Amino acid sequence: MATGYHIVVCGGIVPDPLQTLEPIETPAGPGLKNEMLLPAVLDPWSGHALYEAANLAAHSPGSKVWLVSLGAKAKLQQVMMTIAQKVSFELIAIDGPGSGFTDAHAAAELLAAAIQSIADLDRTRLLLFGGWESASRGAGVTLQLIGARLGIQDQFLGVDQLTSQPDGSFEILERIEGGRHQVSLCQGPPALLGWATGNLPEPRNNPQVGMANMRTVMPALQRAKTSTLAQSALRYQTVRPPQQQRHTRVVKDLTAEGVAQEIVEWIATD
Amino acid sequence: MNRKQPSFFDGEHSHHHGEPMTTSILFLAHVDELGKTLPKPAFEALGAAVDLAQQCGAILTIGLIGGEIQHAADSLASAGAAKILAVAGPDFALPRFASDALAAEGICRAANPELILAPSTSRFLRALPVLAHRLQGRVDTHVSSLRLENGALTATRWFYRQRLEGVFHRQERPWLVMLDSGCHEPWCGTPAKAIVEEIPVTLPPAAKRTTITGTRSPKSDAQTIRPDAALLFVAGAGWTKKQSDGKPHPQEAEKLILEFLRLSTASLGGSKSLVDQSGENQAVLGFMTHLNQVGQTGATPRHPKGLSTCCHGEEPHVVGWRFINERRAINLDPNCGWARGKADVLYVADAFEVMAKVNLLLAELTKTEEKIVAASD
Repeated sequence: MATGYHIVVCGGIVPDPLQTLEPIETPAGPGLKNEMLLPAVLDPWSGHALYEAANLAAHSPGSKVWLVSLGAKAKLQQVMMTIAQKVSFELIAIDGPGSGFTDAHAAAELLAAAIQSIADLDRTRLLLFGGWESASRGAGVTLQLIGARLGIQDQFLGVDQLTSQPDGSFEILERIEGGRHQVSLCQGPPALLGWATGNLPEPRNNPQVGMANMRTVMPALQRAKTSTLAQSALRYQTVRPPQQQRHTRVVKDLTAEGVAQEIVEWIATD
Repeated sequence: MNRKQPSFFDGEHSHHHGEPMTTSILFLAHVDELGKTLPKPAFEALGAAVDLAQQCGAILTIGLIGGEIQHAADSLASAGAAKILAVAGPDFALPRFASDALAAEGICRAANPELILAPSTSRFLRALPVLAHRLQGRVDTHVSSLRLENGALTATRWFYRQRLEGVFHRQERPWLVMLDSGCHEPWCGTPAKAIVEEIPVTLPPAAKRTTITGTRSPKSDAQTIRPDAALLFVAGAGWTKKQSDGKPHPQEAEKLILEFLRLSTASLGGSKSLVDQSGENQAVLGFMTHLNQVGQTGATPRHPKGLSTCCHGEEPHVVGWRFINERRAINLDPNCGWARGKADVLYVADAFEVMAKVNLLLAELTKTEEKIVAASD
């Protein structure tokens, strides 16, 4: 009997969080000005999911990790140069629009089809990982929609911890309101986990891991089919950055007592 | 740009051709953990649903999920709903994806609505997106407002971590819209005896593979995350850096911050750089976890006021503070990003000194209030 998990991580690429974003109109809908020139990173929450997947696989012999990513091929290649040095995985690349303005339902359809096409994927051992939402669309629905298409009955969102039990079940900690975690026991795979930050630090770059990954990453990028999203009736009226600029009062010459008095009065005001 | 191409932008005042009229709205909610009432965001979503139903002339139905729902249903009896549907019982008391999704599906199939409004609670964010797939509809989450314009329904939400705001509409129905909290006045009305139509839903064994065993709070001396607090106190990495004497004072920082949280009942947020320090073998604040993190990879909480201390950087903190109304900051650097139009007031001062004085003043205020209460008793 086969052991270990087949972990599929869904992760998109997003503009570096420190970049200023300017929306523009394109024939395909709203987009970002100079989107192809903006430095990109693996979506932060997907990154956490990938590191948790690699850690789980390392502690569960017979496991394998796939990273399924939808985005422009050139940007995927740029991001993979960094990510491939962190942890071991096999890339399934889909060359298509990864913008935050695309419809989550259409993206889920493409991603689910890509997962279903993985030849040696054992669906009885499947753990579908991803971020609990993205730093682009930020909807937190794509993963569940993929799970629906794959018929996964056990889904968890905002996961910070997964602990394997001796009987093959999992204990899962999910974020809920009030800074607490809900604790669940799941009988085992197949299951879907949308990760929050987890508990692992970002792995250091390992050139050996990078070289091993690149043997499969580059062919995967070359094989990546150009895909288009299904037609959607989603229409945007406006997309704009917030205009609010505050007039900041800079207080330099007040003593600590004076500042404290002002703050306490301000806190007490309704 | 080729203007002959079909545009995904409508323009603000265009008419939405082909937009279906909304004639039936389902407000969907679950009871809170105690099983007595609805969570606060549900009353806000109900407020939006009632307003919208009146504007559209649509029939409003209420759907409830929980172990015991009669008390919650009674509290909504005067909301003007045509009927109240419910899936109730021990199988539906606790938040679990499979049972919640089946319960919501049962209610939706019975109500057959064009528009489904629900609060963005952790329970529903987990369970409801799949509902849109099952009903062959569409889902949008974290919606901050819904408006009826020229007969068409438009939704507003943020993209790219609160950096761009988009207004959009959809033709697909049913349309499941999950509203963020703090974006609409909560509905309030007089409780009355409600007539509830229960929808029978039987869970298959596959829906019971997961059991909920309880909740757990992070290991810390105090509960530091308070979503309903009037003030968000944000601590930055500066609290753990070397101070004027050339040494870091993390223990003093911990004491000052915890004392302030106790006295002010504020909620605590942390910058990513501070939260990440525990993995980098640097001095850390023991009670600060990733759950406290605000910003790009953290939360964007909604509070009326925010006070940031020892925070540097700009865009990540700005994102975390997008929904804070009044913002003040204490920082030693007058040229910090906060000074450039992000905060209302920037105090150029030592946060250690200021917060020690603030705690003294708050303690005095608390004592005075206690004396007044004792005297009036």
